[in-house]
Amino acid sequence: MKKQGLKELDGMPGKHPLSALLREDRMPHIWCPGCDIGTIFSSCLTAIHESKKDYNSFALISGIGCSGRAAGYVKLDSFHTTHGRAIPFATGLKIAKPKMKIIVFSGDGDIFTIGGNHFIHAARRNMDLTVICVNNFTYGMTGGQVASSTPFNAKTSTTPEGNFETPFNLSYIAAAAGAVYVSRWTTLHIRRLTSSILEAFNKKGFSFVEVVSSCPTSFGRKNKLGTPLHIIQHFHKISVIRNGIHPKDANLDIGKEIVVGKFVDIERPTFFDLRQDIYPVEKEEEV
Amino acid sequence: MVETEQFIMGDVACAEGAIASGCRFFAGYPITPATEIAERMAKRLPQVGGTYIQMEDEMASMAAILGASWGGLKSMTSTSGPGFSLMMENIGLGIIMEVPCVVVNVQRAGPSTGLPTLCAQGDVMQARWGSHGHYEIIALSASSPQELFDVTIKAFNLSERYRIPVLVLTDEVVGHMTEKVIIQPSDRIEIYSRKISNLSPQEYLPYLPDEDMVAPMVGVGEGYNIHSTGLTHDERGYPVITAAVQKEMMDRLIYKIRNNVDNILEYEEIETADAEMILIAYGISARPALKALEMAREKGVKCGMLKLITIWPFPEKKIKELASQVKGFIVPEINYGQVYLEVERCVAGKAKTVLISHAGGSIFHPDKILEVITKL
Amino acid sequence: MDYEEAKIPLGRVTIIEDRCKGCAFCVEYCPNDVLELSKNFNKKGYHPPYVQKPEGCVNCGFCEVICPEFAIYVEESDQ
Repeated sequence: MKKQGLKELDGMPGKHPLSALLREDRMPHIWCPGCDIGTIFSSCLTAIHESKKDYNSFALISGIGCSGRAAGYVKLDSFHTTHGRAIPFATGLKIAKPKMKIIVFSGDGDIFTIGGNHFIHAARRNMDLTVICVNNFTYGMTGGQVASSTPFNAKTSTTPEGNFETPFNLSYIAAAAGAVYVSRWTTLHIRRLTSSILEAFNKKGFSFVEVVSSCPTSFGRKNKLGTPLHIIQHFHKISVIRNGIHPKDANLDIGKEIVVGKFVDIERPTFFDLRQDIYPVEKEEEV
Repeated sequence: MVETEQFIMGDVACAEGAIASGCRFFAGYPITPATEIAERMAKRLPQVGGTYIQMEDEMASMAAILGASWGGLKSMTSTSGPGFSLMMENIGLGIIMEVPCVVVNVQRAGPSTGLPTLCAQGDVMQARWGSHGHYEIIALSASSPQELFDVTIKAFNLSERYRIPVLVLTDEVVGHMTEKVIIQPSDRIEIYSRKISNLSPQEYLPYLPDEDMVAPMVGVGEGYNIHSTGLTHDERGYPVITAAVQKEMMDRLIYKIRNNVDNILEYEEIETADAEMILIAYGISARPALKALEMAREKGVKCGMLKLITIWPFPEKKIKELASQVKGFIVPEINYGQVYLEVERCVAGKAKTVLISHAGGSIFHPDKILEVITKL
Repeated sequence: MDYEEAKIPLGRVTIIEDRCKGCAFCVEYCPNDVLELSKNFNKKGYHPPYVQKPEGCVNCGFCEVICPEFAIYVEESDQ
């Protein structure tokens, strides 16, 4: 069968430090100019590299949405699944491959709106997964509709007069559902974000990293937030780092204050630990 | 090892068939009348080193079995109508990603909540077309606990062979009846497992098929860096959003099954050689149909039967062939005409076609079928 | 104090022009104003950055980590 598909663009040297983790035959990626998903994705790849673990021990799963496209750009075993179902898919893969580190990289709409139920159950089970949630307050891929994380009063394409529902506090839900690691950063906290993702990888159990991001193309424009640069600068400026704060107090008000930091870092037996107690098997070493 | 005789419920036989096939992962959700499959798997899988996980809903169950199958485990879920509806989305994902797995539907009367504890055969067309988009699917039918054991093994083999979710359709009566099941020892059961490529990561393409139109798989975490997506994709597994790639991918997915139909189809012909009319039946309805056939023969009526083991793909060729031999076909099914539509289509007016429909909640009495046979 | 021996690192920036989408994060966040958006266009019509002050690069790596496009990276230079 003749090879078809994207024409490979010329002049794509493979010397970028993250080349080994990037499907360079698919660059440039589809994310908009100024969209920081690329930066968050890059941070995730840097964390994979800095973990010093064999790249083959990682797999990345995503759902549907702009953030979900990450699975298509990472040079690992990667799966681009259905909307909201990345986490249960990841659960199945993890149980089949307990030694692998399974990363779920997806957006707020995918993970918390349609996927909300799956999120809380995986957290409840303390399934050994790392979930990186790009929270850009909207369903960006489809043009900027309201999502469960959309701020009160924000304009979206399906709340043209302003959103009159109140949003979730994603980190609070994660903590309440039983995640053993919960942190939130904005894109400009890039190095802290990378360290946090690395900590999340090394944490056994359900770890969650929320990244406050902007969708300059739909959410940003509808709410007159300015240029992509202006938006991420603004988020960073109004951020305040409060490590250890109770997630219920970790406010996220994109007009006034964004509380970031590492909120939860606890120990709790994982799904596998608890299963081992009831059904003892020769224990596989987990990554 | 010796074969054993068990006196077990259909649902239990199904679970045992899965275990015998090498199934080591089950993700499911309780639903009458399939719950017993989950319960049996919950008990048996840890005994054989597998995992049972009860997911939060059927959408998660289906997603989990896809993930586990990618991870190398033979995986299964079971449900009934309402859960089957929820699974449709990810059955589609399994079809486009080409993931071997088995989905059992122990049918009950619908629509919606319907009659949870009573049988019907109303999900046959849903099994064929329930997920969106056009695709081919394999669906097998069982009419006894023994058959459910055997057919579940066949389902795993077909799913591994053709890299496709395979559906097992049975119904509440078969699922909940207790009968003798002969369980063959594992060295006498034919088990097929997915083709694994021996190409290097540099050469391997996840969706480049062999001659049989099935692409070999590889293990996850072994350096192949496969990408699989629910988007339309090319042989690299990369999404390509064009009509040209859609056609290439679709042709391969469709003809993967259509071209192999002779290896997939299974049915039983009972006294069809000299038959003047033929019953076409499947699932629980095959049993009163068989009884009616016997009673008809005793009366001198030359009746035969085609019992469907494979419902999808539909045995078009066989029915077209029989259509030129017989006066008519009678289709007793516990719905208002689903397999009947296929029969009518295949017969194309060359013989009479009669539907005996049933709304659900109970099964046919052989007399009712005999009545229609004698009238024909 | 060893301030006479201590050296400020020197970095060498490489820009993969055709990946750039002109977001200017790198230009904005370089602490030494090493980068500026060029007047040229890349294949997709964006203005990629160029190194206007090569001697100013201290290999901090910020442009590399902040770039969403994997279009810029920096290595330690041997000077």
